[in-house]
Amino acid sequence: MDIVTTKRILRAGFLDFWRNGFVSLAAILMMIFTLFTIGMAMFTGVILQTTLQEFRDKADMNVYFTTDAAEERIVEVQASLKALPEVAEVSYISREEALAAFRERHKNNQLILQALEELGDNPLGAVLKVRAKDISQYDSIASFLNGQGALGGGQTSVIDKINYYDAAHRAAIDRLGAVTDSARWIGLVIILIFVAATIAISLNTMRLAIYSSRDEISVMRLVGAGQAYIRAPFMVEGVLVGLSASLVTLLLFYPLTWWLGSATQNFFGGINVFYYYLSNFLLFFGVLVGSGVLLGAVASYLAVRRYLTI
Amino acid sequence: MIYFDRVSKVYAGDTVALQDVSFSVEAGEFISIVGHSGAGKTTLVKMLLAQEKPTSGAVFFESINIHEVPPKRINDLRRKIGTVFQDFRLLPGRTAYENIAFAMEAAGRSEEDIYSDVPHVLELVDLGNKMSNFPDELSGGEQQRVAIARAIVNQPDVVIADEPTGNLDPVNTFEVVQILKKINDLGTTIVLTTHNKGVIDSLKKRVITMDRGKVIRDDREGKYIL
Repeated sequence: MDIVTTKRILRAGFLDFWRNGFVSLAAILMMIFTLFTIGMAMFTGVILQTTLQEFRDKADMNVYFTTDAAEERIVEVQASLKALPEVAEVSYISREEALAAFRERHKNNQLILQALEELGDNPLGAVLKVRAKDISQYDSIASFLNGQGALGGGQTSVIDKINYYDAAHRAAIDRLGAVTDSARWIGLVIILIFVAATIAISLNTMRLAIYSSRDEISVMRLVGAGQAYIRAPFMVEGVLVGLSASLVTLLLFYPLTWWLGSATQNFFGGINVFYYYLSNFLLFFGVLVGSGVLLGAVASYLAVRRYLTI
Repeated sequence: MIYFDRVSKVYAGDTVALQDVSFSVEAGEFISIVGHSGAGKTTLVKMLLAQEKPTSGAVFFESINIHEVPPKRINDLRRKIGTVFQDFRLLPGRTAYENIAFAMEAAGRSEEDIYSDVPHVLELVDLGNKMSNFPDELSGGEQQRVAIARAIVNQPDVVIADEPTGNLDPVNTFEVVQILKKINDLGTTIVLTTHNKGVIDSLKKRVITMDRGKVIRDDREGKYIL
């Protein structure tokens, strides 16, 4: 295809898109609906994903030390924990840090703060936060720590208390995981049905738009235009519809996610859809523009084909 | 140039549209095909444009069997045949200029050719001042003249006019026929179908008369006799 032909096709496509303004607008609106559904599917997927991850991450183990435990002993325990193959991460929270976090957590509760003042001394011990590679491994880590405490021999154990998700907690988490997992599947299926339905509607709108041009297509055939030369401007029109719709959809998501951002963060925990949208904008741009353009071009191709038989 | 060789067309339900039709058209001829509605005139035209296939027999255009042309090559054939229809069939979304330019673009003509030929051919049909009007801003006669301009702009070997005056008043009918005569004088073969007695009688050209799918008369300098 030479440059002159390409230019003619593009010009015809743009002209038809512009002169059939109302038909183009209807097609764009339908396409926005489709692309919006696809975008929502992406958000829903990531929200469910991170919510489940959040539940799993919350399963950690806190090892509380006695207030008089020497720092070297704590560091020793930390090192031995790190050496375990089951452990993913061990972080050390000093007594001062624990106190500061406590104050922060209860900054609105004067009663507790007053009680803390009256105590005078820091009542909190240091804490080791342990994250296992898998939640089923906390039992063995706990028994390792208990064993080490006993191994201390004459020394009294520096470990005050071990708080972790035991079998009962784990069962609850597993159940929650199962629920979110099936929620994700059901959500995915529902969204796929939605996406399929809106794609079908979009295809039909494009087909109707081209149906109104069927006489024109037959005239074009009769004055000797080739099939590709007739089809190409319609595909340009379809691409323009997809492009406009995807740009509008991308714009729509900006205020929408901003508005939903803090709400989703509080409700689902962890993820703010607004920041997720901004930081993954290129992905959204690619998926929405790509599917809009593809949908427009394919819909036009299919719709024109049936009128080209003359 | 055009040769119908024992062409028959039977539609589903045993409706016979054409029955054993044979005739030939020489280059430069002006031939009219007349007959009542349903006599088979339009079917003949559709065969020439490869819109219909004959049930039996063959149609030749310059020694090419039209119905053996593969679908992808039909547009090459159609560019050698200009067509004018009763209902004009202009592209409604394009101006008079663009309608004619489209036929040239489809034939792969250069921008320079389009730039010089379109105004020229519009001038020929006396529409030089309506170039940028859309079809719905033109009268029936004007639309038909645009359609004729479009049919001849690629200098086809033959122009087929299928009831071109069917929707026009007597004045416009006269004008359209004069334009067709002018085109014929310039050397283009014309195939005209009509049931307008006045047109046929004033032309004094060859007339093929059809009735119920058969050619019943073929006269040089014929009249409308039915």
